[in-house]
Amino acid sequence: MLQFVIDSILILVVLLNLAMLATSRMAACIRTFSLQSLLLALLPIAIGLRHAAMPGAHTVIIAAGAIGLKVILIPWVLLRVLRTGEIHREIEPFIGFTASVILGALIIVASFAFAKELPLPTQAPTDLLLPVSLATLFNGLLMLVSRRTAITQVLGYLVVETGIFIFGLLLLEQTPVLVEIGILLDLFVAVFIMGIVVYHIRREFDHMDTYLLGELKEA
Amino acid sequence: MTVLRAILFVPEVLVVLASPPLLMSVIAKTKAWFGGRVGPPWLQPYFDIHKLIQKNAVYSKTTTWIFRAGPIISLASLLTATTLVPVLSDDSLLGFPGDVILLAYLLALGRMFTVLAAMDTGSSFEGMGASREVTFGAMSEPALFLSFVVMAVASKSLRLSEMIGPSLIPGWQVAGPAVILVVGALLVVLLTETCRVPVDDPATHLELTMIHEVMVLDHSGPEFACITYGAALKFALLGSIVVHAAIPHGGWLAWLNAPLRMLELGGLALLIGIIESVTARFRLNRVPMLLAGATVLSAIALVLVLMRRTV
Repeated sequence: MLQFVIDSILILVVLLNLAMLATSRMAACIRTFSLQSLLLALLPIAIGLRHAAMPGAHTVIIAAGAIGLKVILIPWVLLRVLRTGEIHREIEPFIGFTASVILGALIIVASFAFAKELPLPTQAPTDLLLPVSLATLFNGLLMLVSRRTAITQVLGYLVVETGIFIFGLLLLEQTPVLVEIGILLDLFVAVFIMGIVVYHIRREFDHMDTYLLGELKEA
Repeated sequence: MTVLRAILFVPEVLVVLASPPLLMSVIAKTKAWFGGRVGPPWLQPYFDIHKLIQKNAVYSKTTTWIFRAGPIISLASLLTATTLVPVLSDDSLLGFPGDVILLAYLLALGRMFTVLAAMDTGSSFEGMGASREVTFGAMSEPALFLSFVVMAVASKSLRLSEMIGPSLIPGWQVAGPAVILVVGALLVVLLTETCRVPVDDPATHLELTMIHEVMVLDHSGPEFACITYGAALKFALLGSIVVHAAIPHGGWLAWLNAPLRMLELGGLALLIGIIESVTARFRLNRVPMLLAGATVLSAIALVLVLMRRTV
């Protein structure tokens, strides 16, 4: 039963990746990310429950940190930045929405094929963990490079980090809490700074299309 | 097949052929309930078919024999498909290994003749509907076939009645989430093929927005009865594939099976009615996204099933 729950969470995470690639409304995209993070925050607890009746303090701290930061705080900051401007949609991504969903699906298939070949230092809690982590990482990368607006690029960066977080679950028992907390703190500071940068891009240029930043010149 | 089984098939087939319009009633009643209305009587689809059969058909002078053959061939292909799909029991009437391919192409044949009959009228509206129908049909086919492949791998069989139902239980145990994905993909295929709301609106009154309805505008009388009944039968067939894949009855009492399947089909019709009531129809250029999504769901399910099979 617990195996079923863990598998379902991981597959939902993959599907939410695709959902993020498919949505053009940025607020919906941020909420999808928040939901994905919530599912992932529950994952260490589910994995911990398989070994013992009660999850250890370590897993609870990681889950609470992930919920506090990636489910509540970061989406809140991003939604706040979003509300200051007029643009609420990704208008013309470099790769269209249907095309990016199909690319994302190809990435997922490739990750499953690739993950089979990778030797692991430890026994994975489930054979889905590695492919899902790779798929999330590369889907985030796809989002990062295929979108024009700064907010969706920040979201792409966050999805990449989510992929790394899933990979970190492989070493759940071995990683010290301090390292995990440090990563989460780094992430928050990065998003905070990016939020400020986006705000200033918006104030200076009345848009947040990062593509146009490449054409900045002294007149 | 034993003689007893052969005899038992007779009442089963009669019930299967008689019930589809009732499922349409369930959808209509659900939508009426959401709208705060009483809705048409439960037997209204039967009254409609009865009324249409008594009428005369009117033919336009520009049409040829294709226009008259279209509805009949569509209904015939659906009736043939009925012999391949397990509806009330876990066994189909004439199933054989590989019958899924025949089933998919019987559905395609029915669609092809509906489309040809629509083009035969020479009406520009009908041509437009035909073009849309073919586009969406072509897009829902990969999802349908990938779902069939997933179920074939999970159940190690190519016979539809063995791919769904009890033999899918090992698949549920090994890769449960994958089977859920397939059920989701099949549900989208069901919505597309039977022209339900997120894709097409069966109750729309504007020809420009119609897909399936606009193709059958020129049919009348008994032929329109064939089309109405065929649409209901198609819903029942595809619906029972979804229901059988979603809820396997392993080792259940035989006499309990058929009434339960009937109830589950009713439940599916209720679900479709709810979906129709709470969702708006998608913009035409958003529909490919939905169908691509269904294809992607079944592709991921295939990857999962293949991975778990070797473990």
